[in-house]
Formats: sequence, structure tokens, C-alpha cells
Amino acid sequence: MEQIALGYPKSRNGLKRRFRVGENAILALLFISGVFSIFTTIGIVYELGKEALLFFRTPNVDLWSFLSGTQWQPHIDKFGILPLFTSTLITSLFAMLIAAPLGMGAAIYLSEYASEKVRGFLKPILEILAGIPTIVYGYFALTFMTPLLRTIFGRDVVEIYNTASAGLVMGILILPMIASMAEDALSAVPNALREAAYGLGGTKLEVALKVVVPAAISGIAAAFIVGISRAIGETMIVAVAAGAGPNFTFNPFKGAETMTGHIVRISGGDLSYDSIDYNSIFAIGLMLFFVTLTLNLISQQVVRRFREVYE
Amino acid sequence: MTHTIEKIKTQRIKVSEKLVYVLETKKLNIYYDDFRAISEVNMKIERNKVTAIIGPSGCGKSTLLRSFNRMNELVQGSRISGEVLFHGQNLYAPDVDPVEVRHRIGMVFQKPNPFPKSIYENIAWGARVHGFKGNMDELVEYSLRQAALWEEVKDILDHSGLALSGGQQQRLCIARALAVQPEVILMDEPASALDPISTLHIEDLIRELSNHYTILIVTHNMQQAARVSDFTAFFNMNGDRSGYLVEYDNTNQLFTMPKNKLTEDYITGRFG
Ligand SMILES: Nc1ncnc2c1ncn2[C@@H]1O[C@H](COP(=O)(O)OP(=O)(O)OP(=O)(O)O)[C@@H](O)[C@H]1O
Ligand SMILES: [Mg+2]
Repeated sequence: MEQIALGYPKSRNGLKRRFRVGENAILALLFISGVFSIFTTIGIVYELGKEALLFFRTPNVDLWSFLSGTQWQPHIDKFGILPLFTSTLITSLFAMLIAAPLGMGAAIYLSEYASEKVRGFLKPILEILAGIPTIVYGYFALTFMTPLLRTIFGRDVVEIYNTASAGLVMGILILPMIASMAEDALSAVPNALREAAYGLGGTKLEVALKVVVPAAISGIAAAFIVGISRAIGETMIVAVAAGAGPNFTFNPFKGAETMTGHIVRISGGDLSYDSIDYNSIFAIGLMLFFVTLTLNLISQQVVRRFREVYE
Repeated sequence: MTHTIEKIKTQRIKVSEKLVYVLETKKLNIYYDDFRAISEVNMKIERNKVTAIIGPSGCGKSTLLRSFNRMNELVQGSRISGEVLFHGQNLYAPDVDPVEVRHRIGMVFQKPNPFPKSIYENIAWGARVHGFKGNMDELVEYSLRQAALWEEVKDILDHSGLALSGGQQQRLCIARALAVQPEVILMDEPASALDPISTLHIEDLIRELSNHYTILIVTHNMQQAARVSDFTAFFNMNGDRSGYLVEYDNTNQLFTMPKNKLTEDYITGRFG
């Protein structure tokens, strides 16, 4: 029987497999971008590792004293990372103290309570906030947060440069990011689960906290991890407000340089390549890399344990 | 079983001796913004009976069903006029708490929607939010037995509710609704996503449950309505696509001797 032409091109070779140029090109492109990102990562690790190795090869330096030393004094060959590490820990801790609860609160409000209209208005604002240059936050810490802390706790207690102020402002910086990511995770929870919970007589809060949040926990954990990683890696705020000079202290009201703060100060000065100072910042960089990697691995385990898979 | 459960049973009997009609609508209109989805419905729902709601797609069956436990107000822009009486009390009176309403009038949805939690936690969830003080293990077992699911899941109570088959998931959802000890259970096409065997399971279960609960069921399946229900309400759409009650009678009567021509056309499949 004659085939009825309905505007389809006539198949040239029956049921035989056709060669589709577009499909193959796209596939190749996707593959290349995948490979590219993997190679970039490998390249970064390689470069970090190479320079860090030079550092650990120098006499007077060894891994143990690097990890456990409480003094970072390059001019007397003391390279203990603990002072830098603890101040990174303190600033990140303060940041998460602010960003985690407020970010979660904002996310729950936006996803479960806010009307369509309010959400459509607030979500873009959050995203704009996340885009403000961090140097602005740095000066906000120095000219607003620090004076505030000094008025509350006393000028003799709070130094001009201190880790608390930097950490708190860093919390404000990462808050919108956590809120936005957590909100995405909450909104992705199927409405059928909310209906089920309401149908059983759950209140709005019970539905949000006992059904929606647990169901979104892996996305929320991801948001937190990205937030912590961002806090650990954040540079400008600490460079401006946390103080210059490695200082081994657990007092958040004292000035103390973080790992990133130290890297940016050293690399900002005129350092000769191949000096031990120069190489040392790669060792710090490697340390930063391992900290975030460890956090990621831990969170994956935690999430796997508590995850509630919906479909 | 022990005395908590016995107490529940005797309480239920006490309630049931008093009243015949559990739910009643009076001139009920339901709107989505300006669109009137349900028009002027007056109907009474008899206690411990199964009442089926049938009608063409889009005539407002789900809308009506969800107005019985105020689930419709979760939709922005929805509102009602008229009254829905539960034991004579208007559910939409300003001082009525929708959370309490849903405690007394439970719901089972078209697509099984167990929580992504363990089977045990699925049952316990509602009980917990209502401050259940009794023996939780007992309640879980009792509810699962009532939903004819206990034998299949008693050894895997800690497995995820989503690991069950579709039919089992739906019975889990029924068990979950039973666990908060409602008087009325609303079911919106509870078997439409299930295979024939699971469907028969659910139908048997509905018959069984009607000894203790008042059940309203929306269904597209005429045979199902005929098999499970004591009363059937047929809805149709008017010219404005608004749903109205055409005929409401005991199921036997409605399916064998419908009074309205539209009903007859619909149940014999000559509709449209
Ligand atoms: N959330 C909503 N917002 C606006 N209109 C809605 C909404 N839900 C339902 N409607 C409208 O209300 C009318 C009734 O819908 P409903 O879902 O109650 O019908 P139904 O009888 O349950 O249909 P079906 O048999 O297909 O499930 C339809 O015209 C529908 O478009
Ligand atoms: Mg429906």
C-alpha cells in the first residue's frame, strides 16, 4: 500500500539504526565538560601537593610539628598550623552558629509558611544578598560588628581585630546561601507527604518539622556542608576583620589569623618563589583541602544513615 | 488485646448509639477563587455505612470530599459557603480547629503516600502528634491488623513504608489513618492506582471497616461503588462546569432503579 505522506520525511533505510549527528555531538560535549572538571581538580591537587611537598622536604620542617605545633613563626622556622587552624575553627563555628539556625528558619518559613507572593519576592532578595562582594562584609564586620561587640562586652575585653566579629558577619554572608539551598530541598518534598500529614491532624509546625524537614534532610545537610566549606574558605572578611598575625588562642575576642587570612597576607606581600614561606602557604592550602574533603565524607555518611528516601 | 483498645471500642459504641447521621451538608458551595466547583449540595451521611460518590471527571468529587475535613482550605483561594455539620456542629464555625477536625475525620488519598519512614513510624506519627499516651506497640499492631496488613509486615516493622508494594502501601495508609482513631474516613479513589487483587483487598477491608467507621469513598468504578457502598451519590456538572448532586439513594436502588435519566445514562455507560 502507498504510504500516506503526513509531512514526515520518508525513512531512508527502513528500521536500520540511523546515525544521529546532533545526539553524538551533544554526548561528546557533555563528556568533554565532565573530563575537564575532573582534570581541573586533579591539576589543583597536583599543584598543591607538589609545592607542599617542597615545603615538607625542607630541613627543620616535618609533618608532625606542622600538624601539632602551636607556633607559626616562619622567621624562627616554626611552622605549627594550630594557631591558624583554631582561628579558622572559631570563625567557622561562629558563622554556623548564626547561619545554620537562621538559615533553616528562613528556609522553613519560605517553603512552608510564606504565600506564593511573599516567596516570589523574598527568594530573589536572598540570592542578591549572596552575591554581595565579601570585602563589603569585611568592612561591615570592622565598622559595625566589632564596635557593637565592644559596646556589649567592653572595650578592654574585645580587641579591634577579633575572630568573633569576623565569624558572625561570615554567618550573615552564608545565611542566604544556606537558606536558599535548604529551601530548594524542602520545596522538592512532594506535596502528597504534606497532605498525608495534614490529613492525620498535624499542625503546620508538626508537618514542617516532623515530615518535610526529615524528608529533605540530605539536601539540608548538603546546604550545611556547602555553608561550612564556604566559611572555612572565606578570605576577605577574615583578612579585614579577624586580625593579622598567627595567634594561638581560643578567645574569640582576640585577634587571630585564619588559614585563609594568612595565605592572602603572605601571598599579597612580595615573596620570592621557592622561599620556604612561599611553599608553606601551599601546605596550608592542602590542609584546607583536606578539611573540606573530610567534612564532605563525614556528611555523606551521616546523610546515608538518616536519609528518608521518597520515591 | 489489653484495656486501651477495649476502651476505644466501648467509647465508639457509646457514640454510635446516639446518632444516625454523622455528617450533613447544608447548601454547600465550594469555590476556587471565582469558580464554583460545587453547587448547593445538601446531603446526609449515615453512621457506620459506606457512602460512595460517583460522577464524571471534574465534577467536584474530590473537592466535596476534601471539604468534609477541611483539607480543601490548604488550597489557596478556596472557600466555601453553607455548612458542613459533624454531629450537628458546623465544621466551618470560626471557633473550630481544622487540626481537631482532621483528627476525627481521617483521609486516604488516591496515590498511596506513606511517609518515607519505617512502617512502625508511619503508624505512630499521627498518634504522636495527638499526644497518644497508651502503648504504642499495641496501637501499631491493632491498626495494622484492622487494615489487614499485620501478617505481611509484622517482621519488618522497621523497614521503610516505601519498600512495600502499592497495595500494601495503601493499606499502610489506611492503617495510619485508623491509628488516630477517627470516626469518619474519607477515601479518594483509594484503589485506582492498584492492581485488581489489591483492589479487592481494599474493598474487603472497606466493608470490614464499615462496622466501626463511617466511610465516604470517591470512585470511578461503578462495580466498586456497587460492591462496597450502602449509599451512592451521583454528581454531575451543570453548564458552568459546577458540580451538583443529581441523585442520592441507597446503592441497590440507585443502581437498579435510578430515578433520574442522567443517573441511568451514567451507570449504564451511555453518558456524554
Ligand atoms: N486546586 C485547584 N485550584 C483551582 N481549581 C481546582 C483545583 N482543584 C480542582 N479544581 C477544579 O475544580 C473542579 C472539580 O475538581 P475535582 O478535582 O474536585 O474533580 P473530581 O470530580 O475529583 O475529578 P476526577 O474524577 O478527575 O478526580 C474542576 O473543574 C477542577 O478544575
Ligand atoms: Mg478527584
